[in-house]
Amino acid sequence: MAGKPKLYYFDGRGKMESVRWLLAAAGVEFEEEFLETREQYEKLLQGGSLLFQQVPMVEIDGMKMVQTRAILSYIAAKYNLYGKDLKERALIDMYVGGTDDLMGFIMMFPFLSAEDKEKQRAVVVQKATSRYFPAYEKVLKDHGQDFLVGNNFSWADVHLLEAILMVEEKKSDVLSGFPQLQFCDTFKQKMFPGSQEVI
Amino acid sequence: MAGKPKLHYTKGRGKMESIRWLLAAAGVEFEEQFIETKEDLEKLRNDGVLMFQQVPLVEIDGMKMVQTRAILSYIAAKYNLYGKDLKERAWIDMYVEGTTDLMGMIMYLPLQPADAKEKNLALIIERATTRYFPVYEKALKDHGHDYLVGNKLSWADIHLLEAILMAEECKPDILSAFPVLQAFKGRTSNIPTIKKFLQPGSQRKPPPDDKFIASVRKIFNI
Repeated sequence: MAGKPKLYYFDGRGKMESVRWLLAAAGVEFEEEFLETREQYEKLLQGGSLLFQQVPMVEIDGMKMVQTRAILSYIAAKYNLYGKDLKERALIDMYVGGTDDLMGFIMMFPFLSAEDKEKQRAVVVQKATSRYFPAYEKVLKDHGQDFLVGNNFSWADVHLLEAILMVEEKKSDVLSGFPQLQFCDTFKQKMFPGSQEVI
Repeated sequence: MAGKPKLHYTKGRGKMESIRWLLAAAGVEFEEQFIETKEDLEKLRNDGVLMFQQVPLVEIDGMKMVQTRAILSYIAAKYNLYGKDLKERAWIDMYVEGTTDLMGMIMYLPLQPADAKEKNLALIIERATTRYFPVYEKALKDHGHDYLVGNKLSWADIHLLEAILMAEECKPDILSAFPVLQAFKGRTSNIPTIKKFLQPGSQRKPPPDDKFIASVRKIFNI
C-alpha cells in the first residue's frame, strides 16, 4: 500500500472534488497532477492510463482507477466510511445519489453564459430547497442522530456537507428552512476541520 | 425477507431495465407496478415513498430504495454478483460505469430533437466502437476468462451483455470488429437465467416506440 493516492485532473473542482473531500475527510494525504495542457492529456491517453479515455483518474493501491463513482466507493469502503453492512451501504448509496444529482446541477456553471447562470442558479436553489434538503432534513430529524446512517460518520455525511457548501455559494441563506442541516453543517466543520473546500 | 422485490416504473426500459436484467440474471422473481399516468406518479409522490420524488423505486427487504445505482449495487452484493473483495468490486464498478455511460446515451436518444438524432446516433456508434467495446474486448482477451472480473459471473458481465444488445439495436453489426465480445455475447446469453430473460414472455421490455415516448413525456413532464 506504499505511496499516496495520486489524482489526475484539471486544477479545479469538477468531478474530482468529491474525491478530494472524501480522502481529506478520511485523513488520507494525496498528491495531485494537474492537467494544464492538451499535451499532458494526450500523454496520459497514449500511455494507456485512462480506461475510457477520461479523467478523473486516481492511482491508488496499484490501480489506475477511473469513473468517479467507482473511485469514491472504493475509498469509502477502504476507509470504513461505507456503513457496517449491506443495508447501511444501500442507504449511503441512496443518499449519495441524491447529493450527486444536486451537485451535478451546479457543476455545469462555469460553462454557462451569464444569463443561463442566473437561470441555473434558480434551478439549483429550487431543487435544493424543495427536493433534496427536505429529504436529508427528514432523515436526520426522524432518527435524531448526528450522522445520516448508522449513527456513524460516513461518506454520505461528507458528500452532503460538500453539497450544502456548494449550494450556499449560490445562495448563502439557503439552509434557513433546515435547522437539522444547519446544525450538521457547523458540527461537521468543527469535527473535521480538514474538510475544507480545496479551492 | 418475505415477498418478492417490487419495481415501480413505467412499462418500458428507461433506468429500470438494468435492474430487471440483474434480478433476472440472479434468478430472482420480481413484481412490477407500472406508472401509466401522471396521476400514478403523483400518488407515489404524495404517499411519500419516493425519497427524491423520482423513480425507479424498488421495494426490497423492507426498504423503499431509489437511485438506480444504489439499487443495482444492493442487488449485486446481495446475490454475490459483486466480486469477492474490494479490488474486484472496484473493477466491477469501473466496468459498470462505462456501460452505464454508453447505455445512457442510447436511452436518451429517443428524447432528442429530431434534427439531433442522426448526429447522436453516429456519436453512440463511435463511442461504442472506439471507447467502450475495445476496453471490454481487451479485458476479456488479456485474461482469457469467460467473465470480466475474477473468473466468475458478476454484475459487470450482465451489464455488458445488456449494453451489447442495446448497441446492436442501433447497429446490428456493431460487434463486427470484436470477436471476443461476440463469443462473450453467445456464452453469456446461454446462461440459463439470462436465456430465460431473453425469451418472449419475460419481463424484459422492448425498445421504446413513439407511443411510449409520448406517454413518458406526459408522465414526467419533459
